[in-house]
Amino acid sequence: MSAPRPRLREALTDLWLAGPATVAMLVLIFIPALIVGVLSFTDYLFGASTFHWVGLDNYIELFTDRTGRRAVTNTLLYVAVVMPTSIVLSLVAALGVHAVARWSRGLANVLRTAYFMPVAATLVAMATVWQMLLHPNLGLVNQVLALAGMAGQEWLSDRGLVLYTLAVIGIWETIGYNMILFLAGLAAIPEHLYDAAAVDGAERGWERFWTVTWPLLGPTTLFVLVVTATRSFRVFETVATLTNGGPAFASDTLVFAMYREGFVYFKAGYSGAITMVFFFFVLTLTLIQLRLVEKRVHYR
Amino acid sequence: MIELENLGKSFGETRALSGVSLTMAEGSFTSLLGPSGCGKSTTLRLIAGLDRPTTGRIRIAGRDVTGLTAAERNIAMVFQSYALYPHMTVRQNINLPLAMRNMTRVERLPVLDRLLPSARRKMADHAARVREVARLLEIDALLERKPAELSGGQKQRVAVGRALVRDPIAFLFDEPLSNLDAKLRIQMRGEIVDLHRRTGRTFVYVTHDQAEAMSMSDRIAVFMAGEIRQVATPRELFERPASREVAAFVGDRPINLIDVAATGAALPPPFDGFAIAGPALPPRVTLGIRPETLDLVPEGPLAGRVGLIEYLGSEAMVTFHLSGAGAEDVTLRAALDAGHGLPAEGDAVSLALDAAAAHLFDADTGRRLDARLVARDGAAAAGSGLRSLP
Repeated sequence: MSAPRPRLREALTDLWLAGPATVAMLVLIFIPALIVGVLSFTDYLFGASTFHWVGLDNYIELFTDRTGRRAVTNTLLYVAVVMPTSIVLSLVAALGVHAVARWSRGLANVLRTAYFMPVAATLVAMATVWQMLLHPNLGLVNQVLALAGMAGQEWLSDRGLVLYTLAVIGIWETIGYNMILFLAGLAAIPEHLYDAAAVDGAERGWERFWTVTWPLLGPTTLFVLVVTATRSFRVFETVATLTNGGPAFASDTLVFAMYREGFVYFKAGYSGAITMVFFFFVLTLTLIQLRLVEKRVHYR
Repeated sequence: MIELENLGKSFGETRALSGVSLTMAEGSFTSLLGPSGCGKSTTLRLIAGLDRPTTGRIRIAGRDVTGLTAAERNIAMVFQSYALYPHMTVRQNINLPLAMRNMTRVERLPVLDRLLPSARRKMADHAARVREVARLLEIDALLERKPAELSGGQKQRVAVGRALVRDPIAFLFDEPLSNLDAKLRIQMRGEIVDLHRRTGRTFVYVTHDQAEAMSMSDRIAVFMAGEIRQVATPRELFERPASREVAAFVGDRPINLIDVAATGAALPPPFDGFAIAGPALPPRVTLGIRPETLDLVPEGPLAGRVGLIEYLGSEAMVTFHLSGAGAEDVTLRAALDAGHGLPAEGDAVSLALDAAAAHLFDADTGRRLDARLVARDGAAAAGSGLRSLP
């Protein structure tokens, strides 16, 4: 009976190490998520003592109601703009900073810090700065445009423009983070592969990029794709602080609608349905990316 | 033929290489040998065109290539870490240099390469060439694998295949065997020598392993502290090392180097059984005695006590602490034939040495002296049937 004792002790230690976090995950994430899932099939209002099963009504409303549809399409459009643009721009920035680091470490560090600033700063505070920049009369953006002889825009109150304005802010916010990830990926590419490529004839920047840099950044790019997709799906702070989803729901997004329906109108059922749809989008997108890209990035 | 003329390379303030001049004949196999940081890899990178020299010129096949890029020089290189592209199959890895060299940028585009007749023709040619090289290197069964699925030796062969596929003017090897295990390394040595015979191309081989350099090359350039210290055939290098450092670096077993004060031709004890024959000697001389030129004899000129014995199978390395006046702290390591029985630790024995095989260096400059060690009367002569225990 002496042999199993240490194994039991080890097992208890393992449980003690993993247990609290698991319990917290269950209590704070999985169980509430399950409850939200269940609520999405009801007409439950926060604080109410009863509810009725309504089947798929909440989902039908989300996809047929003009406001609901608006939130879905706005979010998809926002992701479609932010994700590729941010990834391309951050890759370009990372390639630039990586090249600068060869001849000036100091300048590269300054650039790195500058790009990372939006990530480290509170987005709500930054939104205030954007609000000032984009102010129709006093904002720097319109004043610069005026100097160039161009007409200023109502960046945050023009229905056709507001979503793109938010997308630009979203890109600005995510570039720094993505660039740091790409920089780490670039630093991990072994120098001798570039040497081999040079000997093999891939000498021009473009050929080096396609032969070595881009394929070897595969794992990084996959990670950046997933992170950027989820981050941009979650867009909330800029909507809440700059536009409140307006004008006329032109900048309404899934998470903002979720917040509004759940915490302003207390429609827990409807809000739950939005949450489920949001979850489904993010999950699908991540799975597609993993499926498509994983085969190409693990070099097997 | 590859000619290096007074090459120098500095990285900022650090001088990595200076005054390197070396001619490698067409079809020769030259090793650049030296300890790490001696400039041998820098030299190879300059020949490859991966770095530009700070001073000097490089000519390949009579053409000045100093300002040309690596690809324009048409040389191939095998890297220490193999440098295979991890995302490509073995076939794609070997094919890449052909595609880069022979196909236009348009022909290499993903879809057009299957549509354009010219691209399809070239790709068929290349595929045949890749198969041929793969068969030659016996990696044809691995063509669809990715590098991560290969063993070290297989990766090495793929790297060689990638070098071989486009028939370059010269092959450069940068310590290609140092990541392999000992047994495979010996096997690959033979294969590289074989490859050299078959291709008849100029091979330049960088290594820090003197056994590799000695066994494979026609000529060896010994690099130390960013300079070439000696260029010679393996035999010359072993028999007439130009300096103390070269003698210490070359040879399977480390050479015994002992500084002695020479008064004229005579040597002080414990080497008073020997004298130096040669003109104008410096005041201090370094004796270079290879372990294999020492042997145990009864009443030999060197008396000593047996210290550490390292048994290696067919032979043993035995450390002797010499005894007698002036012999304090003088130790000699000898390689003794283990088949004839070995002395025991602590035994008092006497040694003879093959005086003709001893090297003499100026103790201050380290340069080889144009002089010989000779046995004085009465001292046991060299190589005269010494293989016996006291």
